[in-house]
Amino acid sequence: MAANVSLAAPPPFDAERVRRDFPILDTRVNGHALVYLDSAASSQRPLAVLRAVEDYETHSHANVHRGVHALSQAATAAYEGARERVRRFINARSTREIIFVRGTTEAINLVAQAWARPRLRGGDEILISALEHHANIVPWQMVCEQTGCTLKVAPINRRGELRLEEFHTLLGPRTRLVAVAHVSNALGTVLPVKGIIEAAHAHGALVLIDGAQAVPHSRLDVRALGADFYAFSGHKLYGPTGIGVLYGREELLAAMPPWQGGGDMILTVSFEKTTYNELPWKFEAGTPNMSGAVGLAAAMDYLEGLGVEAIAAHEQRLLQLATAELARLPQIEIIGTAAHKASVLSFTMKGVHPHDLGTILDAEGVAVRTGHHCAMPVMTFFGLPATARASFGCYNTERDVARLVQALGKAREVFA
Amino acid sequence: MDLKELYRDVILDHNRHPRNFGRIEAADSRADGHNPLCGDRLSVFVVLDGERVADIRFEGRGCAISTASASLMTEAVKGKDRTAIRELFDKVHALLTRPETAADGALGKLAALSGVREFPVRVKCASLCWHTLNAALEHGAATISTE
Repeated sequence: MAANVSLAAPPPFDAERVRRDFPILDTRVNGHALVYLDSAASSQRPLAVLRAVEDYETHSHANVHRGVHALSQAATAAYEGARERVRRFINARSTREIIFVRGTTEAINLVAQAWARPRLRGGDEILISALEHHANIVPWQMVCEQTGCTLKVAPINRRGELRLEEFHTLLGPRTRLVAVAHVSNALGTVLPVKGIIEAAHAHGALVLIDGAQAVPHSRLDVRALGADFYAFSGHKLYGPTGIGVLYGREELLAAMPPWQGGGDMILTVSFEKTTYNELPWKFEAGTPNMSGAVGLAAAMDYLEGLGVEAIAAHEQRLLQLATAELARLPQIEIIGTAAHKASVLSFTMKGVHPHDLGTILDAEGVAVRTGHHCAMPVMTFFGLPATARASFGCYNTERDVARLVQALGKAREVFA
Repeated sequence: MDLKELYRDVILDHNRHPRNFGRIEAADSRADGHNPLCGDRLSVFVVLDGERVADIRFEGRGCAISTASASLMTEAVKGKDRTAIRELFDKVHALLTRPETAADGALGKLAALSGVREFPVRVKCASLCWHTLNAALEHGAATISTE
């Protein structure tokens, strides 16, 4: 029995070994070993991703879906293979539900223009939360201008949590779409998206989830979640920039018109009548980002190799450690103290503007994001122009947290 | 990269105790500046006596570099005419952006900003107040942005 128990126990997460997969982490910054605490803005890429992209470019590149020649077939196989990899990673029913886009922003704009714009009109409502990234605000404001529908915003509390009672009050028969973040990029709050989706569906509204900050830190199962649309980016998932995914339920995507016209999204073109391609290519006009898709698929392989749950548990330990360490510093105020958080620690230091803090930490080799994090309404809610934000990835260690604390001490010295 | 070059005592002092801070309700001209990168906002209020800046105040929220630069600027330009201010702005701009520029004697305390040029992303913090003052003098009320 004892042997069985030890077999069942997960192996300890070895972040030091993981670090060796990320050559950029050896960079020296201003005379110090780099401490990279900005994965929420963009994560670094492991060798497996760099090599997959290089291998594709070196051996398999030509245009997809066109030529009968060998390289075109190889490129098509690599690109469509990546789509199948994404389908498995998020447990979608079909690759027809996986649209490759540039990133989360483009995915949301696609739904705004191809689903919302043709359907919504005056009197209809789109419900978002006060935690949203600008990418999940501005596309809906544009739809409101285009159609006359109304944008409603569910408020948050001082801990940075969605006020569920108000959310449910705002959800009504006029609500056609709920669009919320799975995890807040500015504060790290994990939103109760399963409950949100069930409540929205009970009112006949569809739901889009902005999963840019969630997919790197939790196992995503779009079928179990029940989301109608789910958007995320490759570069926050240890993959390349310029590639992202829109998941959409097939019957919804099938009923939507294309949003961009061009090559690859058509079956036949004549000056009298053009017929559109099948899903998912109907939404992928022009030559797509093949190497990006290949890199994203490699990143998913890499993540599953480490274990998505194991990474999440490791990051959660670091978040708790960093939260406890910063809470002990009298000048630090942690912004966003939700009960459920993922990987993000936003804070301010009394008497030191976040921008100065960012410069001082950088001089110490510690990379954090400072600014409004493309979530200006969140900053306005807390009455702040900006915060400093440390965010954790699979390659961060307790040592990185110690270096952050040390660098904050330096900031206190400079501004003593 | 030397933090002490950036955060000199003069800068830290003017950040902690900004001079000429506040509004002038009866200002002849006012302009608002915004640096979207860090969220800094400041407003400059000017009382003119012909071509001369008779009084100047600023208010707003910003980083140490932006606050200290605005404070130093108000001290430096008060009593000067437009032409002298424009010449001073050119000297400050050269100081912030050209590595070989020796601090001009005419700069006085503004020379404390020379450390900023080692930190290119921070140059906009130091120049925001000058662009805002320029807008106030050239165009009257306006919002200018560093982007």
